Amino acid sequence: MTMKTSTRQVNGVTVVDLSGRITLGEGSVVLRDTVRDLLSKGNKKILLNLGEVNYIDSSGIGELVSAFTTVRNQGGDLKLLNLTKKVHDLLQITKLYTVFDVKDDEAKAVKSFS
Amino acid sequence: MQGEPDPKASEQIAYMSGRRVSYTLDSTLETVNSAEETASRIAAEAGFGDEDITRIAMAVREAAVNAVLHGNAYDPGKKVTLAFERTAVDLVITIRDQGGGLDMSKIPDPLAPENLLKTSGRGIFIIRSFMDEVEIHPSQAGTEIKLTKHVHGSNLDGKEASQ
Repeated sequence: MTMKTSTRQVNGVTVVDLSGRITLGEGSVVLRDTVRDLLSKGNKKILLNLGEVNYIDSSGIGELVSAFTTVRNQGGDLKLLNLTKKVHDLLQITKLYTVFDVKDDEAKAVKSFS
Repeated sequence: MQGEPDPKASEQIAYMSGRRVSYTLDSTLETVNSAEETASRIAAEAGFGDEDITRIAMAVREAAVNAVLHGNAYDPGKKVTLAFERTAVDLVITIRDQGGGLDMSKIPDPLAPENLLKTSGRGIFIIRSFMDEVEIHPSQAGTEIKLTKHVHGSNLDGKEASQ
C-alpha cells in the first residue's frame, strides 16, 4: 500500500495527515519530499499525524529522524501525533519515543508549538 | 492433467511435509516486499499470533533490505536466497546474499546517545529485538543471516490456553 499525505493549516501549524506505510522506497520518499516542500515554503511548525500509519520499517524510522533534524536545524519544530501501537512500540524499542515530542491530542499539540 | 503447478500450492505441500522451502530472488526492492509478504504468510500458517507474525515479517524485511542494498548493492548479477524451514519447535528463516560480507565491527549501537539521531543502522537491532535467535555469518562469498522464532512462544501458548 502506498503512502498518502495531505496537509492543512491549524493556527499557524502545518498538520500533515499521513496514511499507509513509511518504508524503504516510495513511503520514505513521499515523507522526505513533503517535509522539504513545507520548509521551502516557510512552514516550520510541522505536526505529523501518524494515526493512519500502521507500519514503519527502519528506513521509515530513519526518514522520521531525518525530517526531525532537518526541521530543527532550520529553526522549526516537528512533532508526532496519534501513534498506532505498532509505531509506538517501534519508537520505544529504538529509544526514539523520548527524542520525538509525541502527542495524542491535536488541539493540545497545536497549542504546544507557540 | 497438464499445465503449470500452482506455485503457492507447491510451497504449501513442501512446507506441510516439513521440507525446506527456498526462493532465489533478484536484488530489487520488489524482493524486499515479496520476502516480507511470504514471511507473513508462512508465519500465519505456522500458527503464530498477529503480533508475532508482524514481528517475523518485519525482521525478514529488514534482513532482505540488508541483503539487497548493503550486500548485493542492487547488482542484477547477484541473487538473494530466502529459505523457510519449520521444525518441531521452530520456524527458521535464512536469508543469504552474494555481497562482500557484512563487517560486524561497523554496526553501531543504535541506542547509544550519539547514534540516536542517525538516519540508518537500526536494521540488525530490530531483527534481534523481534526474533528469538539470530545468527549472522559473514564471509567473502556473502552474508547469511539465520532467524529463529520458537513456535511455542508465549503468544501461541496463550492462544491455546483460551481455546
